[in-house]
Amino acid sequence: MNCTKCKTKAVIGLPRHNAAFCKGCFNGFVHDQVARAIKSEKMFGKEDRILVAVSGGKDSLALWDILLKMGYRADGLYVDLGIGAYSEQSHTKVTKFAEAVAASHGATLHLHTVEQEAGAGIKELAQLIHRPTCSTCGTIKRYQFNRVAIEQNYDVMATGHNLDDEAARLLGNVLHWQEEYLDKQGPSLPASVAGFAKKVKPLYRLSERELAAYAVLNRIDYIVEECPMAKGSKMLQYKEVLNRLETESPGTKQTFYWGFLEKQSKKQPTATTMTEKDRAVLHPCASCSQPTTAEICSYCKMMARAKTVVPR
Amino acid sequence: MQVQLSHPARTVEVKGPKKVKDLLRELNLVVEAHLVIKGDDLVTEDEMLYDGDQIEVRPVISGGSPRFTFHVSRAKNELHQM
Repeated sequence: MNCTKCKTKAVIGLPRHNAAFCKGCFNGFVHDQVARAIKSEKMFGKEDRILVAVSGGKDSLALWDILLKMGYRADGLYVDLGIGAYSEQSHTKVTKFAEAVAASHGATLHLHTVEQEAGAGIKELAQLIHRPTCSTCGTIKRYQFNRVAIEQNYDVMATGHNLDDEAARLLGNVLHWQEEYLDKQGPSLPASVAGFAKKVKPLYRLSERELAAYAVLNRIDYIVEECPMAKGSKMLQYKEVLNRLETESPGTKQTFYWGFLEKQSKKQPTATTMTEKDRAVLHPCASCSQPTTAEICSYCKMMARAKTVVPR
Repeated sequence: MQVQLSHPARTVEVKGPKKVKDLLRELNLVVEAHLVIKGDDLVTEDEMLYDGDQIEVRPVISGGSPRFTFHVSRAKNELHQM
């Protein structure tokens, strides 16, 4: 198989684009897809300061790498969840990348350690406060990413969600008719109220396989094993089903998710509506001032509960 | 050839010569969810693999083998969080 562009030996075939690329042309393709995403969704400009949420996995490290190579001002934030060997390994991968790659672009890595603030790792904490681990993790990560973005004056927060993540999430929301979540499935969420950072997903045009290939080809050392807490997750089943469809019928995932985005954009000015909705229901948390629908935000409630049950 | 697999980590012996796409089919793995690495190099589905090659089949989907028992409340929780 030869590269569609330069006719040298290809390293990856992309059936959904009816193309194959060598390493150089594939990197060009990846950067082009991210550039298109940034431009079409008005995510950020060259002067903006971007905070990338990095986990040590392929998507977030690839995102950080791509943004830096494209000349953006992107720093990283790693949240150490305290999941034994998994967290130790992922922390090491992130630190190594920050030192070997990001530092040469003048970028820095921020770190938040759950155990330092909560007194326990995520798994123990979830058990002690009787909440599902993934829910506890989600609340902590969303809160900390937003906190650091606001406190350190970043213009936008970027996550490594890819086409597979978004297509699987859309499938789940449609299967359960969770229409109320569809408005927030866009790749660019505005800073709707004071205290909320703008959130973007620059990788939504790239599949999980393409991002893994980008990481392998560019020698990005990422953690192949995913979080042990995610085993058995419904999202993995949706991804598996979508990949079977994609293999039989290339382009299924992008048709599904991009088609949804196109319909949403024609329906109404979503960003304005979302902003209006948020402004109507959100106000500062009485404890920490981050926006919440309740008097005390779920993160502060969780930490207050942790202080009463976690042995110090 | 020695083929290294993940989730769980294991090595299996497969007889060559064989094309990448045939190796994946034999292992009952979906192309869209895997990369095949020969030595240090990524290879396409039409690449021929031979006995003596060191092969890694790397899953690209984050996470372990999906189970098929699940509660709607958990799914809603996961979807809401993403």
